[in-house]
Amino acid sequence: MLIHIDSRSPEPLFEQVVFAVKAALAKGTAKPGDRLPSVRELARELAINPNTVVRAYEVLERDGVVVRRQGAGCFLSDRGSDLAQGEKRRQLTDLAKRMVTEAYHLGFRPEDVKKAVAEALDDVQFETKRRQS
Amino acid sequence: MSSPVVTFDGVQRWFGKQPVLRGLSLSVQPGQVYALLGRNGAGKSTALRILLGFLQPHAGRSSVFGIESQQLGPADRGRIGWVGEEHRLYPTMTVGGAVAFEAGTRPGFRRAFADRALQRCGLRTGQWITRLSRGQRAQLCVVLAVAGNPDLLVCDDPALGLDVVMRRELLDALIDLLADTGCAVLFSSHFLTDVERIADRVGILHDGALVVDATLDDVKRRVLRCLWTPRPGGAPPTGSHLLRSAVRRGGHELTLLDASPEQLAELRATGELVAAAPPTLEELFLDVTGTSGPGLLREVEAEAVGGAR
Repeated sequence: MLIHIDSRSPEPLFEQVVFAVKAALAKGTAKPGDRLPSVRELARELAINPNTVVRAYEVLERDGVVVRRQGAGCFLSDRGSDLAQGEKRRQLTDLAKRMVTEAYHLGFRPEDVKKAVAEALDDVQFETKRRQS
Repeated sequence: MSSPVVTFDGVQRWFGKQPVLRGLSLSVQPGQVYALLGRNGAGKSTALRILLGFLQPHAGRSSVFGIESQQLGPADRGRIGWVGEEHRLYPTMTVGGAVAFEAGTRPGFRRAFADRALQRCGLRTGQWITRLSRGQRAQLCVVLAVAGNPDLLVCDDPALGLDVVMRRELLDALIDLLADTGCAVLFSSHFLTDVERIADRVGILHDGALVVDATLDDVKRRVLRCLWTPRPGGAPPTGSHLLRSAVRRGGHELTLLDASPEQLAELRATGELVAAAPPTLEELFLDVTGTSGPGLLREVEAEAVGGAR
């Protein structure tokens, strides 16, 4: 799994690590059960503060994307979020609203937004994810 | 919250009639990596030397592990790793001698780490200190300080004089230290791209005090940089959210702090607003230190000549 970050991006570094791991799972370039690099390995690889990696792994664990096995390290998981179904729904609605709002301000039409979503959906391996809904 | 490892509280210091620090206040929490930035002569080295008790402040106080800087005893100093600008080493020693000396004075010295790090840097134990280049001396000092397993590492521009490969080695040594021990680090630096990768928090020292003291994530979240071209009759923005406004060809380069959606909407209504994004650390640094004088809120007639082209 290749994790790429850009220290000059407006996005905080730990969020970039979180998203890179989630994206690798979603695109199928990484599989549940794969071992994540240790905090030290990834910090050295990306030349970033180990605290940043720890924070990213904590968020991934909270989001059910990573499980920590004592002494063995962190592994990718398809366990999914522990949030209640209603809360997940609410987050999905929020994400959609946010995207549509930003797209509106960028000057796009509804059909542009639908096309962009369809393209993004094509990139993601939905069938490999355990059904949760 | 646990008590800070480092505190400066209103520290002032003059050299002759020249004020260098005019009330420096900051703190470093356990496990935190704090980068102290500033232009040459901003007072970074003075601050670090005051912290370690090498220099008396004229007002205010500083402490390490809750102990006043001037009261630090040998046992407290044993918990601090220090890499000074001058890279002081005994000239009559070899690299191996310096390692053995350091290992003998520090109980927690990690010999294996030191040997590995020296090997990576290409330093041999038989080399005489006097024969080392400036960069090699800097590397040796960093390796010795990190191998000493400190609770606090203080470095005065450790990357100064190092080439790109050596700087990467330095970053790796720091990353190893942080991964192993969760030690707190306070360092000054000119290499802002390195700082962006490794620091949790940055302080920018200008005119003797901190003009920025924030986490990098906070800077990314709260500061916005944009280009704004006023429509005919559109007046340049004012207000406390404006950190800096520089006149560029046909427009203004604005740096905004905590700008509200309403304030951004106002800018869009009175002109054209483009490229609104958080600044890089280098841009922020230039914004807050590139001008002299007391305030950050100032109109800079920058590159006005460029408009003639």
